[in-house]
Amino acid sequence: MGGGLGRTPMIGKKIAGFVPKEDLLAYLEAVMRVYNMYGRRDNIYKARIKILVHEIGVEEMTRQVEAEFAELRKAGALHLPLEEVARIEAYFQPPSHENLPDDSAELNKAVLADRDFANWVKSNVAQHKVPGYAIVNISLKPIGGVPGDCTSDQMDAVAGIAEKYSFDELRVTHEQNLTLAHVRKKDLHAVYDLLKAHGLATPNIGLITDQIACPGLDYCALANARSIPLAQQISERFADIERQHEIGELKINTSGCINACGHHHVGHIGILGVDKKGVEYYQVTLGGAADEKTAIGDIVGRAFTEDEVVDAIETIVTTYIGVRQNGERFIDTYRRVGIDPFKESLYETH
Amino acid sequence: MKLIRNGTFVEDDFITVGDGDQLPDGAAIVSLERWQAERETLRARNAPIGVRLQSGQEPGAIADDLDRIDLVALEFPIYRNGRAYSYARILRERYGFKGEVRAVGNVLRDQFQFMIRCGFDALEVTDNITPEIWAENAGSFSLFYQPSVDGKKTVLSLRQRLAARARENATA
Repeated sequence: MGGGLGRTPMIGKKIAGFVPKEDLLAYLEAVMRVYNMYGRRDNIYKARIKILVHEIGVEEMTRQVEAEFAELRKAGALHLPLEEVARIEAYFQPPSHENLPDDSAELNKAVLADRDFANWVKSNVAQHKVPGYAIVNISLKPIGGVPGDCTSDQMDAVAGIAEKYSFDELRVTHEQNLTLAHVRKKDLHAVYDLLKAHGLATPNIGLITDQIACPGLDYCALANARSIPLAQQISERFADIERQHEIGELKINTSGCINACGHHHVGHIGILGVDKKGVEYYQVTLGGAADEKTAIGDIVGRAFTEDEVVDAIETIVTTYIGVRQNGERFIDTYRRVGIDPFKESLYETH
Repeated sequence: MKLIRNGTFVEDDFITVGDGDQLPDGAAIVSLERWQAERETLRARNAPIGVRLQSGQEPGAIADDLDRIDLVALEFPIYRNGRAYSYARILRERYGFKGEVRAVGNVLRDQFQFMIRCGFDALEVTDNITPEIWAENAGSFSLFYQPSVDGKKTVLSLRQRLAARARENATA
């Protein structure tokens, strides 16, 4: 507990390895009660669980939650019976997959025959745990487009595809893309053709142009700087798909203010819009990650102007390509070499 | 201010006294500080006594005296400070307090029902609150998921009862 982004980014800490299912609600109530009683009330920005955990420390927080939990258990009221868990679970059953061979002759043939399709499969299709099925990630990041935007016609098309090819289920991801969770491998090419016809087959999932951006100053009253036009410029700068694959997995997250809706703290490259005396500036962080090695990015140095920031991103990418070993990902290179090579290339020439 | 006790608008029979004020002969509410300073005298007093706790003053501070205390007033300094909800439940559930638990301070209509659910049986409200407003807000929700001290049946227990009835009908 105690994790969160916003103006005070913190990585959550573990206070209980495992809580029995039946006690889950009581345990959460214990957490909420400790927070309610001891959380900060003097400053609304500090009225957060993460602030309490940070101030008293995770050991003390754990001790208090456990003590409260013991009291709540005595009352025994918030017990979650296993039959209730089973009743709820019934609503989340996987769909009835067909029994299929894992290998699809149709797919193998199409991959060989259609190079664009093969590229799309490589970046946008993920493995499914059920044989013969695949997961399709629909990129809402066309080159130069607004990250996460989708027209009503595209929505209609996607809904139709989901209905016909993916058990009528469509998911929206926090990375501002869509996911068809259960597509038969033999249907992948048909799905691809339909997506392509609606401008939804950009093959860039996980690549540098698959950025997260908040609405920014163009749409948001809280923002200090624009996010969307910057994301569009970066997308255009790195438009070449061969180059994107050469760069590999790289997540750029942009927020137009410290509230961090674009999750910039956990972008491999994070961009934060700030206002300095009425002028938009962009602060850049490196090394953030929202994976199993969660990290808050490090500020690389003084902020860049609107005119400088896309070049700065390019310099960071070029520096990475220069120091990476054995095709390691940007984030792995950063974890190995640290911030210094990037600082040097960004600021010594200025 | 108006006082609503167990859903009825009543005259307040307690007088809240300042720390330096003379105690009245009848029922009185004192601050925690005064309670602690004059504990022996106040315990021995021959009239109902209440203690008012501010946000940050936990019920544990008077736990040993709850046998003698008739009323605990819990302060909501501002509507978004909900500590007194936890205090009320702790008074009822942990200490088994049977006296009056009174909500005072910034007591807003859309929170009436939550206060009742947490064990408040009296609320001090602003003068614009009418019995109609009270009735509308104190009963806004008819079903509850979370068990609490008001003893209301939860959705879960209703479901279990329906399932049991369905089983009985099936075997009958």
